[in-house]
Amino acid sequence: MATLRHLLGGAATTGGQAQFLGRPWGAAALRVLAFVAVMAAVQLAFCAAGKAYCLTQLTMAIYYAVAVIGVALVMGCAGQVSLGHGAFFAVGGYTSALLTTCDLSAFQQAAWAAWLQSCRVLVVRPDLYGGQVMSVSPWAAFVAAMLLTLVVACVIGYPSLRLRGHYLAMATLGFGLIVHKIILGSALLGAADGITGVPAWRLGAGLALTGKAPDRVANYYLACGLVLLLLVVLGNLVRSRVGRALQAIHDRELAAAVMGVNTAVYKLKAFVFSALLAAMAGVFLTHYSGGIGPSEAGVLKSVRYVALAAAGGMANFWGVAAVSIVINYFSLRGWFGSYDQAVFGALLILIISLTPEGPLQPLGAWLRSLASRWFAKREAAHGPA
Amino acid sequence: MALLELDNVRRSFGGLVAVDGVSFSVRPGQIKAIIGPNGAGKTTLFNLISGVLKPDSGRIWFKSGRIGGRRPYQIANAGLSRTFQTPSLFLRMSVLQNVMVGRHRLSAWEFAGCGLRLPAQSREERAIRQAALSRLEFVGLARLADVPAGALAFGQRRLVELARALATEPELLLLDEPASGLNSKEREDLAALISRTREQGVTILLIEHDMSLVMDISEDILVLDHGLAIAEGPPTVVQNDPKVIAVYLGTG
Repeated sequence: MATLRHLLGGAATTGGQAQFLGRPWGAAALRVLAFVAVMAAVQLAFCAAGKAYCLTQLTMAIYYAVAVIGVALVMGCAGQVSLGHGAFFAVGGYTSALLTTCDLSAFQQAAWAAWLQSCRVLVVRPDLYGGQVMSVSPWAAFVAAMLLTLVVACVIGYPSLRLRGHYLAMATLGFGLIVHKIILGSALLGAADGITGVPAWRLGAGLALTGKAPDRVANYYLACGLVLLLLVVLGNLVRSRVGRALQAIHDRELAAAVMGVNTAVYKLKAFVFSALLAAMAGVFLTHYSGGIGPSEAGVLKSVRYVALAAAGGMANFWGVAAVSIVINYFSLRGWFGSYDQAVFGALLILIISLTPEGPLQPLGAWLRSLASRWFAKREAAHGPA
Repeated sequence: MALLELDNVRRSFGGLVAVDGVSFSVRPGQIKAIIGPNGAGKTTLFNLISGVLKPDSGRIWFKSGRIGGRRPYQIANAGLSRTFQTPSLFLRMSVLQNVMVGRHRLSAWEFAGCGLRLPAQSREERAIRQAALSRLEFVGLARLADVPAGALAFGQRRLVELARALATEPELLLLDEPASGLNSKEREDLAALISRTREQGVTILLIEHDMSLVMDISEDILVLDHGLAIAEGPPTVVQNDPKVIAVYLGTG
């Protein structure tokens, strides 16, 4: 499935690296610099062209990329397919939206409310009509969303990851369908309309997570920073004991177990981590858009994440981020029109066709040989580690 | 006292009894061989010891702890490692990374520490790399450290698998037909390597069809036939055992 992986940047598991200040993370440092340069150039170009409004869709695409990277982690490293990341995104987003918009003013006099207020778990803020509402602070809602996702992911993952095979795909598919139906059927979650009026998340230092025009550029860089931090952390993880254990499970589960890797626990941890990333994307995007709708939980969203992770090269997180941001941006700008879902389906079919077992195998083999020749040249230029 | 002890271990698949009440023990520091015709239950026995399969009945002790029915990673963490009949390398990882996986049980950092690349984790990572390299040097493949494991020849895969098993610093090493598929030069090197491994204090239990290799290096031999242990003892005794001769040459 990693057909395009080598075309879109370095393989995440390569051991040989250039030296930087005597430490072997030169290539990673260069990649970070290149990422910052490209993102800054894009922002300046959009603003110079008077199209700053495009940054809104770009920021959203970056947050979606966080969820896609989560899928890539569980697919590329641990070799498990998750069809429930749209649902985890929704669990995060809806938890946050519900808690930050529910009005608890009726309990304002209660002792527990006063105590929670003093702990800053509950905050009073003005509503749209000039009145006062008391609701959960975005920080506390974020923590709650993460905890709920942690519990749900453990419950879904624990039974299915003890077994070898595609049980996780089935379990997450069922989970995704259930979450979607629950959202559509519950008035508390806004049913088909979703939840709107989610307040800005004041992160401190004058930075607020919101989609309002004056904060657009700051929010763009906030999203860039988040995804960059994630890419660096995952890059470290892949080149470590944990990354090797996950790769070993992916390649030969039995051999990994015989080497002392607790395969069930590692697969579960990778899955929970990836679910948390999807939920985090959900929380951030909900604050950014000021709301969330039931389509986020749809299975088609989950399939879209899987398609983007596959197109980006699975374990190559930089490639996954790049492909995901670009394609989701075009999708959000409406370039694909009514063919929007079809584009992601076609992408998935194309990637599968190019694999060694697929019908377009000769073309895939040619692309791979092209990539490996390019890599050999690059390796020769950089020299061995 | 025995390092590994099996008491009346039995395992069947459907109606076929693959291991039928086998009892034997391995003393610390010895090289013991398990021989027998194809289908005698040798590999099943290895799978039972290493936790890949659970015994139907019987008991297995390793270092006086019960390991029968434990999960493979628990047994590996107790200090028992193994190789497979067909080398089972992680083909998309480099040779060095394969051996580094062997250090898993001797290293500790988890997701958070590894993701943040804490200084102590970086130090541990360097130690893992060094330990893995020294095992590769031991089997004579250090020059191939950065080659993808999938690009290796069969004999080299055997050696990498051995290096990976040794990287776990086992007290007992199970080798499943280490010489099969090797040419005569490679067999000689392997015999020397197994002897050197034992000199480092690793006890070895091996399955092997190559009789000259078995007679050369092992001090003790267990003969299996149709899941039953039919003979046990030093090579000279086993060689002359009428039951063993009957199994290998057929009865007139």
